[in-house]
Amino acid sequence: MSRAAVRFEAVVIGVSAGGLDALRAILPRLPENFGVPVIVVQHQAPGTNDFFARFLDQRCAVRVKEAEEKEAAAPGTVYLAPADYHLLIEDDRTFSLTLENRVRFARPSIDVLFESAADVYGPRLIGIILTGANDDGSHGLAAVKRQGGLTVVQDPGAAEVDTMPRAALAAASIDYVLPLAAIGPFLANLDKNGAFHSDGLVNSIRI
Amino acid sequence: MGKPAEDDKELEDLEVALLLEGVFRRYGYDFRDYSLAHLRRRLRHRLQSSYLPDLGAMLHRVLSDRNFFELLLRDLSISVTEMFRDPGVYQRLRTEVVPRLMTWPFVKIWHAGCATGEEVYSMAILLHEEGLLERCQIYATDFNQLALKGAKEGIYSLDQVRLFTGNYLKGGGRESFSDYYTADDDAVILKSWLKKRIVFADHNLVTDSVFSEVQMVVCRNVLIYFNRDLQQRIFRTFYESLCPGGILVLGTKESLQLSGMAELFEPVCPDEKIYKKVPQ
Ligand SMILES: C[S@@+](CC[C@H](N)C(=O)[O-])C[C@H]1O[C@@H](n2cnc3c(N)ncnc32)[C@H](O)[C@@H]1O
Repeated sequence: MSRAAVRFEAVVIGVSAGGLDALRAILPRLPENFGVPVIVVQHQAPGTNDFFARFLDQRCAVRVKEAEEKEAAAPGTVYLAPADYHLLIEDDRTFSLTLENRVRFARPSIDVLFESAADVYGPRLIGIILTGANDDGSHGLAAVKRQGGLTVVQDPGAAEVDTMPRAALAAASIDYVLPLAAIGPFLANLDKNGAFHSDGLVNSIRI
Repeated sequence: MGKPAEDDKELEDLEVALLLEGVFRRYGYDFRDYSLAHLRRRLRHRLQSSYLPDLGAMLHRVLSDRNFFELLLRDLSISVTEMFRDPGVYQRLRTEVVPRLMTWPFVKIWHAGCATGEEVYSMAILLHEEGLLERCQIYATDFNQLALKGAKEGIYSLDQVRLFTGNYLKGGGRESFSDYYTADDDAVILKSWLKKRIVFADHNLVTDSVFSEVQMVVCRNVLIYFNRDLQQRIFRTFYESLCPGGILVLGTKESLQLSGMAELFEPVCPDEKIYKKVPQ
């Protein structure tokens, strides 16, 4: 299937250990009017405030903020899951938070976000797993694929911590394995309608 | 390729709706306006844990088997909590809210969705230290009877005590936290005098009628499970149960703004989500 035909509606990103550097490498590459919302679960210690979101916001053209309960996911915005809550997305594209138990030791959990986003966006979702020291996200990425979405994993050979990308590679069929430096430009290639600009770039880095 | 997936989703949504309708008509518990993303997760979890083939089978099972219903009820009631969760809130309660509570001769407090009681006992300790407990009556309610039973006992596992103690100190605690419990091998038992001013009761926010006039409503991390319509209904319920100038305390990630009810309450401490009822 040609990916150029698909209009993507959202990007979800899961990242754990090494996340600050990984997100700093990707998010500043996105243009201010980026066509879709980007929803991120970065594992954090409970009690952490929104420092991380503010830090990234100062360095990005897109707006970066903590996702709020009942807020609508808007294009050109990166949403980070708040510490100690799971983040979900509803059919009407608003966020929900829950205090459900940790899933595989994590709250927020990447699996929880990805599974709910897969339900909502189906084939119009891009799921990305980056560096991390556990296997959270692998079920979630498999769910993204099951619903026909596009799956991307950071090249484990070059990841700061390779456990999470490797677990994702083992659990789901992956469309693209990309070095960190290529992920920002890859996403920036989405136009304001959420379609990939030129299929050429996409195919050239396909594994 | 996209098509069958969308069909599946439509079918699942229909099955979820039928299941919730069945549960409501048979048992009177109304989950129809809970967050759908949350419900999907919890129902899938139950499908797997009970080895059921699909939601149709679950509907049949829940209608004919009360024990299974109890199980489902527990799945849908997330009772995760801790003592002095969000210590900053307790600090503000001491400095900003207690002085207001002092102005009433008698203070009634409603903890809606109290789960296993940690939050209620935290409040009792705070009120005690501020010299207010004897003037207070606390109603602590939840619709999860198992959680309520735990709340009445006030026994918590020893490995949580470090967290609780840390929270207590960060929240402005003035005594030694260990004064409030006795410890045995693996549990701590809260001192029974802490319970003197607390009444625990089974109460469903969605379907039961409102409480008598109270000076403060504490409802934290309960409304996050509701959709916007239901949130609005419950905010109106709280508005009606509060006396003039009464205080509303929400979870730190809950928002009056985004649920569209900002005109009923004005902020006292916006970051800690402490509000005050505005006059009609
Ligand atoms: C996550 S706990 C919050 C506990 C505590 N307030 C806190 O913030 O730490 C949510 C509680 O809300 C209760 N709850 C959910 N729906 C309810 C309803 N309709 N009526 C009463 N309680 C409800 C659940 O049973 C659960 O114990």
